[in-house]
Amino acid sequence: MSSRETLFGIPAPDWADPAMQRRMRRRHGGTHRLRWLGIAAITGAIGLLLLLLVSIFSIGYSAFTQTVVTIDAPVAAEFIDADDITESNWNRMARAAIATLFPDDAAGVRDPDYREVLSRGGYNVIRNTLRDRVIANPELVGETLRITVQTADPFDQLAKGLVRRDTPEDRRRVNNRQIAFYDMLVEEGRIERRLNFWLLTNTDNRFPEMAGLAGALRGSAFALMVCFLISFPMGIATAVYLEEFAPKNWATDLIEVNINNLAAVPSIVFGLLGLAVFLNFFGLPRSAPLVGGMVLALMTLPTIIIATRAALKAVPPSIREGALGIGASPVQVMTHHVLPLAMPGILTGTIIGLAQALGETAPLLLIGMNTFITDVPEDVFSKSTALPTQIYIWFDSPERGFVSRTAAAIMVLLGFLLFMNAAAIFLRARLERRW
Amino acid sequence: MLDRVKEKMDDRKKVQMDHPTGRVETSAGTKIQSRKVNMWYDQTQALFDVSLDIPDRTVTALIGPSGCGKSTFLRALNRMNDTIPGTRLTGQIVLDGVDIYKGDLDPVQLRAQVGMVFQKPNPFPKSIYDNIAYGPRIHGLATSKSVLDGIVETSLQKAGLWDEVKDRLTEPGTGLSGGQQQRLVIARAIAVSPEVILMDEPASALDPIATGRIEELIHELRENYCIVIVTHSMQQAARVSQRTAFFHLGKLIEVGDTADIFTNPKEQKTQDYISGRFG
Repeated sequence: MSSRETLFGIPAPDWADPAMQRRMRRRHGGTHRLRWLGIAAITGAIGLLLLLLVSIFSIGYSAFTQTVVTIDAPVAAEFIDADDITESNWNRMARAAIATLFPDDAAGVRDPDYREVLSRGGYNVIRNTLRDRVIANPELVGETLRITVQTADPFDQLAKGLVRRDTPEDRRRVNNRQIAFYDMLVEEGRIERRLNFWLLTNTDNRFPEMAGLAGALRGSAFALMVCFLISFPMGIATAVYLEEFAPKNWATDLIEVNINNLAAVPSIVFGLLGLAVFLNFFGLPRSAPLVGGMVLALMTLPTIIIATRAALKAVPPSIREGALGIGASPVQVMTHHVLPLAMPGILTGTIIGLAQALGETAPLLLIGMNTFITDVPEDVFSKSTALPTQIYIWFDSPERGFVSRTAAAIMVLLGFLLFMNAAAIFLRARLERRW
Repeated sequence: MLDRVKEKMDDRKKVQMDHPTGRVETSAGTKIQSRKVNMWYDQTQALFDVSLDIPDRTVTALIGPSGCGKSTFLRALNRMNDTIPGTRLTGQIVLDGVDIYKGDLDPVQLRAQVGMVFQKPNPFPKSIYDNIAYGPRIHGLATSKSVLDGIVETSLQKAGLWDEVKDRLTEPGTGLSGGQQQRLVIARAIAVSPEVILMDEPASALDPIATGRIEELIHELRENYCIVIVTHSMQQAARVSQRTAFFHLGKLIEVGDTADIFTNPKEQKTQDYISGRFG
């Protein structure tokens, strides 16, 4: 074999030679090592992601249930104003209703230990429920009403085993007298754990057991809507112009470089811009989803422009030539052929941009969307928070109950993101056409 | 919106027809006349002083080695090169007595009059019907659905594809075989009633049987259209064309009746090329 001559005056390669076989083994070894390195890297990344998810879920899952107390509230005639039922003393009626739960050693309706078992926000719930139902139906006077309210956070923690009974009393959030009261309520069958719909239907509250994400969800939805309405048309128009119609000169080169750099600008800078320009110069309302959406649109624009340009570039030139060749005008080529074919890529880029915007916190902090707001925003001008800023507010709150609620809010945000990414994949698969 | 485009095109046509400076006298029977056409891609000159008369209702073949400028010249005939940035053209190309590079002429309208078929079949990712109907729709040629149906059927029949696709007009044009796709795009070009059809190596991506069908089709289309075809295959040029022009390094070396060019070329370079000594 080695006797065969090559064109180059050297012997032909001898593949059976041990040195040659060693070299082959080394080359294959390299391939193996690279593959294992890749698998190790992916495993590491997935492991860290799982660790994150497990830690969030293990803390957050408990916020999806809430401990509640059922009260049989008597509508006593003594508190009712016979002349004008709306002027009745609902406050005292509510206090009396709560006191029906108390054991015999209670120091009146204002017993400092026992009144802390119910949520302080729950007191308002009882009063309002009594008022609304009795005014709507005065025949209820003399009857009792079943009303369910949240327990205060320490007792929710106790029910979930997060406050431990074996902790010494002076280092425990609840004292022994309160625990005895709680156990009595359990025995009477008044304590229940319910699915915490309030997390999605209530607005923010000082008391963790009452706090919910309704305002933040609506605020995020408004901000994303504004962001989409600004960045989608502007982004596509910019990309189409730059890609198809703009002359290639130093000015368009400069614009292109700047758009690419814009995508890498830290988001807090956009927040400063929003503060300086939208709030201080144009005088737009502080904490409003409108301004939040506008700031997020600035951040999303480069992502959409870059994705749209890539999608336009990917449309084969033969389609453009075919349409031009039968006399379509450049705008017709664009609107009838190129844009529809590029749409899956454009939509994917847009949704990824919006998903980024959804999770963005820093710029919203600077325009005041991290305020304590207890109303669901009515429109884009109302004061509001957004999901990430709500997480930030809750994370910053001292109450123990906000620990699990922060994690739960993160889970809601992740759910939102998952939904948006699924929508991107669905749209892509649905609209993609072959050529 | 389409109506407005049509109006605009009609206006342009009037301007063009009335405009005296765009008119050039050409000899009888000449559809396209080029005079001293030079063309550049940025700094690189691709065509040198090409002067060529292309007769109507004839197949003219442009042959020559790769990079000789034959495709560039073909694309200059419907101003397709305009879409490439950095191209520049001097000289004169006259279609039916009108200089197509004079300012008033709308390239969009020109490309409807001068159809083009490309090397790789490029049907739109739409149904077979919509592929054909697209041109008539954007130019507002059909006044009703039945007229449009008629245009689609006739175009497909002219392209020899009707019998194969008449039962599946709603299926995507991209689902057809390569040869069928190429006949589909020929039908698409016919549908806007062009006067000239330019073909850029229309059969180079096809097998011999599909190629044969395209060549037959070119033969039939000659009765109604002026056809200019670029081809790498000298046998194909000999089979389908009546006139042949030989290009080399951007220059037009020789043009004449196909029979003369292949049997009795005047230039040594032509002789060398057709006998396979280079290219």
